[in-house]
Amino acid sequence: MAGRLKATKKMKSIMKWYYIEAKYARYLGKKIAWITSGGPVEPLIAMNIIPIYPENHGAMIGASKKGGKMSEFAEGLGYSSDVCSYAKNDITSSITKESPIKGGLPKPDMLICSNNICGTVLKWYEIQARKFGVPLFIYDTPFVHTEFTEEAREYVNEQTKDYIRFLEKHTGKKFDYKKMKKVGKLSLEAMRLWKSVLETAEHKPSPMTAFDAFFHLALIVTLRGKKVVVKYYKQLLKELEERNRNNVGAVDNEKYRLLWDNLPIWFRMRWLSEKFASHGAALVADTYTQAWCGVIDYVDENDFLSTMGEAYTRIHLNVGVDQMADTIKKFIKQYDVDGLVMHSNRSCKPYSFGQYDIQNLLQDEDIPVLMIEADMTDERKFSDSQAEARIDAFMEVIKQRKKEK
Amino acid sequence: MQKTAILTRFREVANAPYAYLRKLKSTTGKQMIGSTCAFTPEEFILAAGAHPFRIFGESESLSGADAHIQAYGCSMVRGMLEDGLSGKLDFADGVVFPHACDSIQRLSDIWRLNIKSLHFDVLLPVKLDTPTAKNYFVKVLQRFGKDIEKALGVHITDNALKEAVILMNNLRRRLKRLYTLQSEKPGVISGSDLAAIVKAAMVMDKQEAVTWLDELLVLLENEQGSQEKVKRILISGSVCSHPDIHQMIEDKGGVVVWDDLCSGTRYFEGIVDEEKPLVEAIAGRFTQRYVCPAKHLGVSFQMENLKKLVSTHKVDGVLFMILKFCEPFSFDYPDIKEELENMEIPFLLVEMDRHNEVDEQMRTRIDTMLEIL
Repeated sequence: MAGRLKATKKMKSIMKWYYIEAKYARYLGKKIAWITSGGPVEPLIAMNIIPIYPENHGAMIGASKKGGKMSEFAEGLGYSSDVCSYAKNDITSSITKESPIKGGLPKPDMLICSNNICGTVLKWYEIQARKFGVPLFIYDTPFVHTEFTEEAREYVNEQTKDYIRFLEKHTGKKFDYKKMKKVGKLSLEAMRLWKSVLETAEHKPSPMTAFDAFFHLALIVTLRGKKVVVKYYKQLLKELEERNRNNVGAVDNEKYRLLWDNLPIWFRMRWLSEKFASHGAALVADTYTQAWCGVIDYVDENDFLSTMGEAYTRIHLNVGVDQMADTIKKFIKQYDVDGLVMHSNRSCKPYSFGQYDIQNLLQDEDIPVLMIEADMTDERKFSDSQAEARIDAFMEVIKQRKKEK
Repeated sequence: MQKTAILTRFREVANAPYAYLRKLKSTTGKQMIGSTCAFTPEEFILAAGAHPFRIFGESESLSGADAHIQAYGCSMVRGMLEDGLSGKLDFADGVVFPHACDSIQRLSDIWRLNIKSLHFDVLLPVKLDTPTAKNYFVKVLQRFGKDIEKALGVHITDNALKEAVILMNNLRRRLKRLYTLQSEKPGVISGSDLAAIVKAAMVMDKQEAVTWLDELLVLLENEQGSQEKVKRILISGSVCSHPDIHQMIEDKGGVVVWDDLCSGTRYFEGIVDEEKPLVEAIAGRFTQRYVCPAKHLGVSFQMENLKKLVSTHKVDGVLFMILKFCEPFSFDYPDIKEELENMEIPFLLVEMDRHNEVDEQMRTRIDTMLEIL
C-alpha cells in the first residue's frame, strides 16, 4: 500500500496560509480579486493582488458534502435546481457565510471572469458584481470550434491590454512589467512541472491516481506564477519519481488503468477511489487536471503577456468536441488505459454535452466507456446504488476483455 | 384583403414553417440557410441571394437527439438537433450558429459532426460594451460575409448588402409597429395571431412578409382594441412558441402587450443605421439593442431593461416563461424578481419542459395569477 503522498501535508499548509493571508489582506494593504478557474491569474500575481477562486471553494464545499444543502438554499432564492452547483454554492456562502473556510471567502475588491470554461461564469460573476458592488472584468475568449481565427487572436491580445488598464485603474498602481516577466516564467515552469507530475502516471503501476491529481491541482489553479508552486511541484514530482523507481503503485496490485473525463464528483471521491481500487483499477489520468498544462506550447516564456491570450482561449473546454476527442485518444495511448469513465455532470453542460459524440469518435480505439450520471457537488443528483451497479458491470467487461487479449 | 384572410396566411406559415420553406425553395431556387439564434446577421444571407430562416425545434419526439445530448439539455437545443437529424430540414443548404449559450455552442459541434450541410460558426463576443469587443464584432461579421461568399460561391456587393439592410429594417419597423399597436390598443389583435406573425416573419420571404404586414397594419391602425379594461401582461424568457399561452391569458381578461423573448421582440428590436458603413452598422444594431442574457451589456442590463419595459408598457403583471435547463435566463431571474417585488409588480415563473407544449399545471398557475391581478 503506497499510503498518502508526503507532499499532501505541505499542500494543506500552503493553502491554509494562502487563505489566512487573504483573510487579512486589508491589513496587509493587498487587494482581492475573485477569478474564474480558467482566468488569467498571472497579471494579478504581478500586481500583488490576491486571487481567490470561488470554484475552488465550490469544490471544497462539495468535498465537505454540503453541496446539496447549499444548492437548496440558493434554490430557495429562486435559482433553478438545474443550474451549476458551484455557482449556487458560492451565492449561498456569500450570504450565509457557511463554508469549509471559517467565515467564508474574503470579500472581493474586483472580479475577473473568463468565459473560456463556460458561459455560466458570466452570469455568476454578474450576480456577484451586483451583490458586492465591485468592478467586473470579462476576459472574453472566442470559442475554437475548428480554428483560432486571426481576429480572435487580436481580440484576446487587445483584452490583455484592457485587463492591465483595468488593474491599474482599480489598484491605483502602475503595472509592473518587469515582475510580470518573472511571474510568466514561473507560471510556465509550474505548468511544465504539473505536466511532469501527471505524466509520472504513465508508469505501471501508476504512482498516483486522478483522485490525487484532483487534490494536488489546487496550487496550479490558484497560485501559478508564484515561487511556492514551483517548489511544491518539484517536491511532489520527486516523491512520485521515487515511487516509480521503487515500483510503488497508488493502487495495490494495479491491474486495470482507466481515464476519467469531466470534473470530479467531489462528494464521492473516496468512495469512487475505493470502489475502483477494489477491482484493481487505477484512474491514471483525467482530462480535467490536464487542462492546466495542455496549452504550454502556445505560450512564449519570454513574452508571456503577448501569448497568454491564445493559451487561455485554446484550453480543453473552449474547443470543439472533435478536438476534445483527439485529446482523449492521445491520453488513451499515452497512459495505456483499458477504459474510459465519463462523468455526465449536470452542473457542467459545456463539458458534458458532446460526450456521446466523443464516444462515437472513439470507436476505432475499441475501448469500453462508462458514463456516470452525477453532479460535481450536488449529492442529491447522485445515486450510490446505481453508480455501484454500473461500475461493477463496467469492470466486468474490462476484466473479460483483458483476459481475452 | 380581409384581416382574417391575412392572419390566416401568416398562421399557415407559422403552423407549417418547413413546408413553406420547401415550397419557397422549389419556386425560387434559393439556397436555404437556417439559424439557431436571434444573433444571426441575416442581412449577409439575403445579400448573398440566399434565404435565411429560423430553426424552431418543431419535433415532437426527441429520440434522435437523445443519442447526442443528455436529457438535461433544453428542449430548444434538443428539438433543433432532432429537426436536423430526422430529415425535417433536408431542404436546408446550411445552418448558422452564432455564439450564444453553452448549449448552442455544443449543438454546433454535434451538428457539424452528424449532419451534412454548410456550417457557419459566428464567433461573436460575449461582452458587447467595450470598444475592443465592438471592433471584434465587426471583424466577425466581415468573416461571416466572406464565409457565406465562399460557401455559396457568390460575391456580396455593397449594393446588395445595403438592400438587405433596408429590407430587414423595413420588416423590423413593421413588426415593431404591430407590437406598439398592441401596447397602445390592447386586444387590437389576438396574442396568438401576433406570435404567429413574428414566427412567420422569421421564416418567410422577407419582402413578402413586409407586404403582408403593410396590408395588415393599414387595417389595424383604424381598429379599436378591447373595449373592456384589460390586464396588461409582459412575457419574459427565451423561447415561448405555443399559441395556447395567449389564449389562456386572454380567456382571463389579459393581453400580452409586450414581450422580451427570442421568439418575439429580440428578433426585430433595433434598427441598422443605413447612413453608416454597413458592416459597422449591422454590428452596431446587435451591440445596442437589448440582448439575451447570454451576452453582457453591463452587470444590471437585464434588470434595468425589464424595469423599463414594465413602465413603458404600463405592465400589470410579468410572466416569466423560462425553458427548463436554460442557464442564462435562470441565473437572472432571482435578481429581476427582487426588482419587481420592489416595484410591486406581480409576476409568475413558469418553467417549461418543452418550448412548444402547455401542460395542465402550467394552465392552472397562469389562470391563478391572472385572477389575482
